[in-house]
Amino acid sequence: MDPSKSQLMQYVPVLMLAVVAVLFSAGTLAASSLLGKRARRSAVKDTAYECGMLPVGEGNTRLSIKFYLVAMLFILFDIEVVFLYPWAVNFKGMIREQPGLIFGSMAGFMVVLFIGYIYALKKGAFDWKQ
Amino acid sequence: MQACLFYLFAALTLLCGVLVIANPFTRNPVTSAMFLVLTIVSLAGLFVLLHAFFLAAVQILVYAGAVMVLFLFVIMLLDLKEEERRKIKAGAGVLGLAAAGGIALLMIAVIRQSNAGVGLKPASAEGSTLDLGKRLFTDYALPFELISLVLLVAMIGTVLLSKKDLK
Amino acid sequence: MSGLDQIFVWIGHRAAGWFPASVQPLVSAVLAIAGVMAVFGTCFALTTLAERKVLGRMQNRFGPNRVGPYGLLQPLADAVKMLTKEDIVPFSADKTLHFLAPLVLTVPVWLAFAVLPFGRNMSAINLDAGILFFFAVGSASELAVFMAGWSSQNKYSLVGAMRAIAQMISYEVPLVLSVVPVLMLAGSLELNDIVAAQGTYTFGGLARWNVFTPWGLAGLILFLIAATAESNRSPFDLPEGESEIIAGFLTEYSGFKYALFFLGEYLGLFAVTGLAVTLFLGGWHAPFQWLEWVPSWFWFAAKFGALIFLFIWVRATLPRLRLDQLLNFSWRFLVPLSLINLLVAAAWYWTGAWKFPVVAPIRWLLCAALIALPYHWLGRALRGAMPPPRKYIYAE
Repeated sequence: MDPSKSQLMQYVPVLMLAVVAVLFSAGTLAASSLLGKRARRSAVKDTAYECGMLPVGEGNTRLSIKFYLVAMLFILFDIEVVFLYPWAVNFKGMIREQPGLIFGSMAGFMVVLFIGYIYALKKGAFDWKQ
Repeated sequence: MQACLFYLFAALTLLCGVLVIANPFTRNPVTSAMFLVLTIVSLAGLFVLLHAFFLAAVQILVYAGAVMVLFLFVIMLLDLKEEERRKIKAGAGVLGLAAAGGIALLMIAVIRQSNAGVGLKPASAEGSTLDLGKRLFTDYALPFELISLVLLVAMIGTVLLSKKDLK
Repeated sequence: MSGLDQIFVWIGHRAAGWFPASVQPLVSAVLAIAGVMAVFGTCFALTTLAERKVLGRMQNRFGPNRVGPYGLLQPLADAVKMLTKEDIVPFSADKTLHFLAPLVLTVPVWLAFAVLPFGRNMSAINLDAGILFFFAVGSASELAVFMAGWSSQNKYSLVGAMRAIAQMISYEVPLVLSVVPVLMLAGSLELNDIVAAQGTYTFGGLARWNVFTPWGLAGLILFLIAATAESNRSPFDLPEGESEIIAGFLTEYSGFKYALFFLGEYLGLFAVTGLAVTLFLGGWHAPFQWLEWVPSWFWFAAKFGALIFLFIWVRATLPRLRLDQLLNFSWRFLVPLSLINLLVAAAWYWTGAWKFPVVAPIRWLLCAALIALPYHWLGRALRGAMPPPRKYIYAE
C-alpha cells in the first residue's frame, strides 16, 4: 500500500467514530423520548421561561456591536495561528540554514497584526463599562 | 469507496450551497448560516479526499469556527423579522443574476484555460504540513506578508464601522 | 516493556485476530473506538460524582452519600432520572435547531479523543495534523452553543449564548497559541511525536517533560486557564451565571437533551485535559526513569486525574468573573503573554547550544526571566485598564 493511501485510510476510523457518536447521542435521545414522562401540554407550560413572567417582545433581541469587534479580533489571531503552526513545525529545521528568513517572515507578519490589535485596543474595543 | 465518498461530499457541498442562498422553506438568515456550515464541512471532506489534511483542518478551524461566528454576530446585529418581511426588488434581482452570471463565465474561462489535473502529483504523505510551511516561508514569503496587510485593513474597517458605538 | 504495559494493545490484537485479515484494521479501529467511548463515558459518570464529593468536602459537607455505598451509584440514579424526565420544547422555538444543538455539541467532542495517545502504542488514530484536527473539531462547540441559544427564542438563552461564544472565541486564541512553543521544539503536529520528544531522561533519571522548562511551565498555566474558560467552568462559568441569566443557553433544555449538554461539556474538559497531559506533562511517560516499569497508561491516567482534581479545586476556590474582566484578561494579558512565550521557546532552543559548565541553571533562570518580566508588566497594565476595586462603606 502506498503511504499516501494509508494516510487517507486513517480517516476512515474518524468517519466511523463520527457515525458511532451520532448513533449513541441519537439513541439516548430516542430512549429518553420513549421512557420520558409525557404530561399534558398547555400554552402556559410551553411559553419561553423568563423567570415566571410573560415574555415581552421577541425572543431574539439585537446585540451590541462590540461582539462583532471581538469576533473580528478573533479572526485576526485565528489566521495568525493557522500560519504559526506550519511555521512552528519548520522552526527547528530552518533555524540552522535561514534564521533571518524564518524569524523575519513571522516577525513582519506579527508586527502588522499587532498594529491592528493595538489600534482596536486603543479605540476601546474592550471597554464594556458604560 | 473513495469515489463514493467524493460524490457524497460533492453533492452535499452543492446542495447545501444552494440552500444557503435559495432555501424554498424559509428566508431566515440563521438557517442559511447553518447550511453554510454544512457546506464548509463537506468541503473539508473533499480536501481530505485530496490528501490536503492540513487544509481540511484549517478550513474547519477558520471558516466553521471563526468566520461563522463573525457571520452569526453580524446576523444578531440585524432585525431578523424585518429581513424576513423584506421583498426582493426586481432591479436587485436582475443585477444579482447578472453578477452571478459574470462570475460563472469567469470561472468557466479560468477552468478551461488551466487544463486542470495535468502534471499534478499527489501531496507527499509524510509531513505535508512541513512541506507547506517550507514553501510558504521561502518561495511565498511576500504573499504571506501581504496577508497581514489585508487582515490589518479588515481590522481597521471593523473599528471604523463600529466607531460611533465605541466613543 | 512489561506485559501489563501492552495489555490493552494485546487484547485488541487477539480480538481482531478472530476476524479475516481483510477486515482486521477496521475491527481494531472499532475496538479502539468502543474502548475510548466506554472508558470516557465511565469517566464522565465518575467525574460528576467526584466533583460533587470533592466540592462537598471543600465546603465542609458530605456531598452525595445516599445512593449505594458512599454514594457511588449516584451517577446511575442521575441518568435514570434524566431519561425519564419530560422533554419540554417551547412553542416559539426553532424545533430543528433546538433538537440538533446537543448533538452538534456531543458528536465532535468524541472525535477529539481519537488522536490522543493514552499509552505506549495506544492512540486510536495516528493523524499527521493531529493537533489541528483536535482544535478543528473543538470549534464545533461554539456553533452548538449558538444553535441552543438562538433556537430557544428566549432572551436569557440568547444572552447566555452570546456571552458563551464571546468567551470561547476570546480564550481559544491563548489556548491555541500556548501550544505553539511545544510544536516549535518537537517539530511535528503529530501527538505521538510530541510525546516521544519528551521521552528522554536527564539529571540521573528525571524526565524531560515540557513543563520543566520555563516556556513549558508558562505554556501549561496559560493552557489550563484557557481550557477552563473554553469548557465554561468556574471561575469562567458566566454563560451559565444562574443568578443573572437563569441557566444561559441551557434555560429551555430539559430531560436528556440537558444531560447531553453536560456530557458534551465534561467530555470537552476531558479532551482538553488529555491534550494538556500530552503536550506539557510528558504524555504517558514516567516522571523518573526508575518508575518506567509502571504501565504507561497508568501514568496517563494519573496525570489526567490530577489535572481534573485541579479543575475541581479551582472551581471550589474562585468566584465568578464579570464579562469585561473576562475579555480584558484574555485579550490584554493572556494573548500577549502567549506570544512572548514563543520568543522564550526560541531563546531556550538557542541557548541549548551553549557549551560551558553549570549552564543548565543559568539557562533556566534567563528564560524564566524572559517570561516573568512581561508577566509583571502586563499584569500592571491590565490592572491599570480595569476599573478600580469597589469601595465598601459599612454601617457603623
